[in-house]
Amino acid sequence: MTVVATLQVSELAVRFGGVTALGGVSFAVAPGTVTSLIGPNGAGKTTAFNVITGFQRPTAGHVSHEGVVITGWRPHRIAERGLVRTFQKTSVFPGLTVMENVLTGLHLRGRVGVGSALFRRRRVAEEERGLADEAGSVIDFVGLRGRREELASALSYGDQRMLELAVALAARPRLLLVDEPASGMAASEKVAVAGLIRKIRDGGVTVFLVEHDMRLVMGISDRVLVLNYGRLIADGSAAEVQRNPDVIRAYLGAGARVDA
Amino acid sequence: MRWLALGALLAVTATAPAWVWNPYHLHTLIMAGIFAVLALSLNLLLGYTGQLSLGHAGFFGIGAYATGLLTVKLEWSPWLGLAAATALPAAAGWVIGRLALKLRGAYFVLLTISFGGVTSLVSVNWMDLTNGPLGLPGVPPVEIALPGLPVVSLRSKGAYYYLVLVAVVAAYLLCLALIRSRIGRALIALRENETLAESVGINGTHYLVLAALISAGMAGFAGGLYAHYTRFVSPEVFLFGYTVTMLIMVVAGGKGTLAGPIVGAVIFTVLPEALRALTSWQWQMLVYGIVLIAVLFFMPRGIVPTLHERWRRT
Repeated sequence: MTVVATLQVSELAVRFGGVTALGGVSFAVAPGTVTSLIGPNGAGKTTAFNVITGFQRPTAGHVSHEGVVITGWRPHRIAERGLVRTFQKTSVFPGLTVMENVLTGLHLRGRVGVGSALFRRRRVAEEERGLADEAGSVIDFVGLRGRREELASALSYGDQRMLELAVALAARPRLLLVDEPASGMAASEKVAVAGLIRKIRDGGVTVFLVEHDMRLVMGISDRVLVLNYGRLIADGSAAEVQRNPDVIRAYLGAGARVDA
Repeated sequence: MRWLALGALLAVTATAPAWVWNPYHLHTLIMAGIFAVLALSLNLLLGYTGQLSLGHAGFFGIGAYATGLLTVKLEWSPWLGLAAATALPAAAGWVIGRLALKLRGAYFVLLTISFGGVTSLVSVNWMDLTNGPLGLPGVPPVEIALPGLPVVSLRSKGAYYYLVLVAVVAAYLLCLALIRSRIGRALIALRENETLAESVGINGTHYLVLAALISAGMAGFAGGLYAHYTRFVSPEVFLFGYTVTMLIMVVAGGKGTLAGPIVGAVIFTVLPEALRALTSWQWQMLVYGIVLIAVLFFMPRGIVPTLHERWRRT
């Protein structure tokens, strides 16, 4: 029996002139899991995310989502399919309030076009009410209740990262790609992020994670993929990957030990 | 308090022709209204999507010539002419948007500048169609012919003032309706963070082209209004100076707000005329420039956002 992978990446390669960012990588992300992609800086993790979400074209190989090849699609079409990402560098709509940020994330949930915007204001009002309710529940979900009317740019760094997750969640992903959600966060905030990612997975969203914090990765991942110099060097459960001699040598350094 | 101020404003604007007895002053108000539509149009692009068009005089001019030619040469009704004055520039806006908005930013600015330049040259040189620098005299006035009622000609300034007033209100409501929906949020999202907007499913090209189309249509409609008001169309309508004036109105009034462009249009239409009355010609442009710089220096975000904030704080 085979389960159709949520995400299937085949022989994916990205080269910039002579530099190989990804050198023919293949892996799958199983539905309902938290799968993590780890590796040293420059291993090609973010490049992989960029290609999967349409922000970068691969030199070779392809990406498919639930059996449909999406290689080369534009980002907004990939988002329409239910693949939504966050960014390594904090990325919100800085001049808008928390509420407006999340409402913008709900774009695909709305249906109003120019015609109804101009001539069917009652329909617009109805839609806006529905979207506001949804936005409110997403904001509560990430723990930003009570901050709705604050400008995104006025939030603390940790809260901005939470808002980022809220904007992505608002787009109702079936697969959420999260790029280093805990970077630069305090230990307590990292615990909150881990809890949130688990909650997201338990809500039925498959999570694909890039993260440097090993404690976080090993704690929440159902499966771990390890990239090094654009190649996949390990693929297995957190425990298996930690015991893998290649991983220890290439990534963690000879003789290193990781707390599980 | 707020409703009182709004009511007073409405009363003043609605009765203006009754107490503005000097036709020249009324003319200034009509021009302010036409510029308000233009500024609202430019603001839809610049203020909400963040894309700067420096070819808006091109859309304005195409609108003026579209209705001018159709009503003079083919004797179309001015209403149909005004519809064409909206549709043709909108089509041009769509084409320009498709061409330039995949690249955005500087490319869009450059393409719109050249568009403005090309349309201006065509109007001067295509003698057979446009009559060249001689212009197109005899554009008919707009008439309202309702069944069972006598035909009302909007030939007088007093009557035309109301047509322009309706146009300003309509343009304002159009922008308001778009902005207060998911379309407006998409436009603002593209201005604030395009990458993030795309990643949550906002089709950047689609919304930017849509904004360019609507904006160009509005500018063209203002051109049509201008043609039927002055009853004469010449290549002057394509002057780059018109685009600069619109830009000043939007930026000084407050881009990304709906009241800003209207306030900017009124101030920067009335100001030169007031200066003409108050000072000799040598001083006019100098004072105009100083006022503009002062506004931008003390209210860098524009008059409306600055006053709005100050008013809210007290």
